[in-house]
Amino acid sequence: MTARIFAYIAYKAGAIDDTAAELFAAARKIDAAASPTAIVVGSGPDVDAVSKNACALFSEVWKIANDSLAYPNAELVRQALVKVIPQGSVVLVPHNHFGLDLGPGLSINLNAAFVSDVVAIDGVNGATLNVVRQEFGGQVSTHVRCKLSNGIVMNVRPGAFKAAETAPINGNIVDKSAEMGTLTAKRRYLATIVPEAGDVDITKEPVLVSIGRGIGEKDNIPIAEELAEALGAAVSCSRPVVDAKWLPKSRQVGSSGQTVKPKVYLACGISGSFQHLAGLKGNPFIVAINKNPKAPIFQVADVGIVTDMLEFIPELTEKVRETKKVTA
Amino acid sequence: MEILVCARRVPDTSENEITLNDAGNDIERDDLVYSINEPDNYAVEEALQIVAKSGGNVTVATVGTDEDEEILRREMAMGANKAVLLSDDAFNGCDGKGIATVLKGFVQKSKFDLVLTGVQAEDGGAQVGGMLAAMLDYPFASLVNSIEVLDGKKLKIGREIEGGNREISEIDLPCVLSIQTGINEPRYVGMRGIRQVASVEIPTYGAAGLGVDSSSVGAAAANIKREDYFIPAAGKGAEILQGTNEEVADKLMELLKAKGGVQ
Repeated sequence: MTARIFAYIAYKAGAIDDTAAELFAAARKIDAAASPTAIVVGSGPDVDAVSKNACALFSEVWKIANDSLAYPNAELVRQALVKVIPQGSVVLVPHNHFGLDLGPGLSINLNAAFVSDVVAIDGVNGATLNVVRQEFGGQVSTHVRCKLSNGIVMNVRPGAFKAAETAPINGNIVDKSAEMGTLTAKRRYLATIVPEAGDVDITKEPVLVSIGRGIGEKDNIPIAEELAEALGAAVSCSRPVVDAKWLPKSRQVGSSGQTVKPKVYLACGISGSFQHLAGLKGNPFIVAINKNPKAPIFQVADVGIVTDMLEFIPELTEKVRETKKVTA
Repeated sequence: MEILVCARRVPDTSENEITLNDAGNDIERDDLVYSINEPDNYAVEEALQIVAKSGGNVTVATVGTDEDEEILRREMAMGANKAVLLSDDAFNGCDGKGIATVLKGFVQKSKFDLVLTGVQAEDGGAQVGGMLAAMLDYPFASLVNSIEVLDGKKLKIGREIEGGNREISEIDLPCVLSIQTGINEPRYVGMRGIRQVASVEIPTYGAAGLGVDSSSVGAAAANIKREDYFIPAAGKGAEILQGTNEEVADKLMELLKAKGGVQ
């Protein structure tokens, strides 16, 4: 393949993001011989430090330093990228809150194809790049063909590509800052608001009874609370429960909520979207209770129970109470 | 404020299990229950709340066919002032860019201060809003979970970023925002409300009426083509516990004790 491949390097407080190595791995899936170019955008010492770090993996790193890029405002980053990325390139962007802002618009400005939330890459076949996406919350996958002729902006799902173990190299930094000129935005960053701590810190709990859409209604929440109390556990949840305002945001597990590391995780009526699973770390023992045998949660769970959680959980709670009585 | 909400009718995943058809190349579409894409419904509610405070009108648009009119009527029953169907044989097989191109045609023939979409469709790529904004040279923000109207020229918005954090920005109008679920509590729509709008004429615009070049949309112009649907070969998967609820609870109890699940 002749198209040049770029990887947008995300970082925070000067620390390079895991997605950098994942995008490198994705580039190698597009073309096993690819030597992708990293693009690091920002200002001050951070952009220098991250560019230098990226040289351990990428043979060429384009550094774009500009005072207006101190905060990664996608509108400004897009303007910066459009000034330097050649027509027909393949541009890889992490599919996170920043990638959602950047990718679609960037594809329009570059007159390139856009493909979102890619989880696997089959490779180039003639004039198309063949990739895999998921739909309906991961219940089904699809093979997708993308036209290569005008280039592609590809949003890549974080965690979907495994970073290869490679010896560090000594790449070159190419400073593209002088090509920026003036960057102006019609959207201006003001502040980041950290959520108020909840009554319970689910990130520190060894056992979580976690509820999803299957809880059905707010009046059913005590069913989960009673099980949690019997087990000595805390109640956490997935996004639909917070959307419905049945539990506070501080109880939400997932990429837009908390990252938890319990020993045991009971996923009750949770389908198991990748955004939810992204918040579940430390390889816990996962029990999935769900009516739908096709729910993606059964792919990652250790033990599954295909049943209505609303009927099963009171039964389990009773069992836990009896057991505790016997041992007490 | 004149607000456009771009909405879509999709298979409702809370009502259906999505499975493959017998041929194994598409999802099983018989007996599917369709509804408005969930985040789009939050977008309509947000638009209604903004005009309730600041005045103006809410228009809901969808790119589709006659079958999609049902969600337009539903959103009118919710309170949207107008609905339009953007429909033309030339739009068949549009990818995200094609849909954005059609919507751009509608935005340009009307006048909107604010364009809202849902953050993502069940079978979509969270892409149309960002593309539409770039085509119109409007500013854009995704994953919006709060909107405050500052004056007639700008908004203060919150976005959902990682770890439960919110990113607060100011954005100039006109702009395009993609709305995240949970931003509000969408109002209930009863059968009575739906009946009241059942016979309202919904205007339809095709490529010519929108000034959209037919060769720039539809299957032929699409950069992205979905080849099939499939279910990936399963990993090891969960060990499924069988038996009555009581038997299963017994087995699970033993496992929980062994794994430290009983504190």
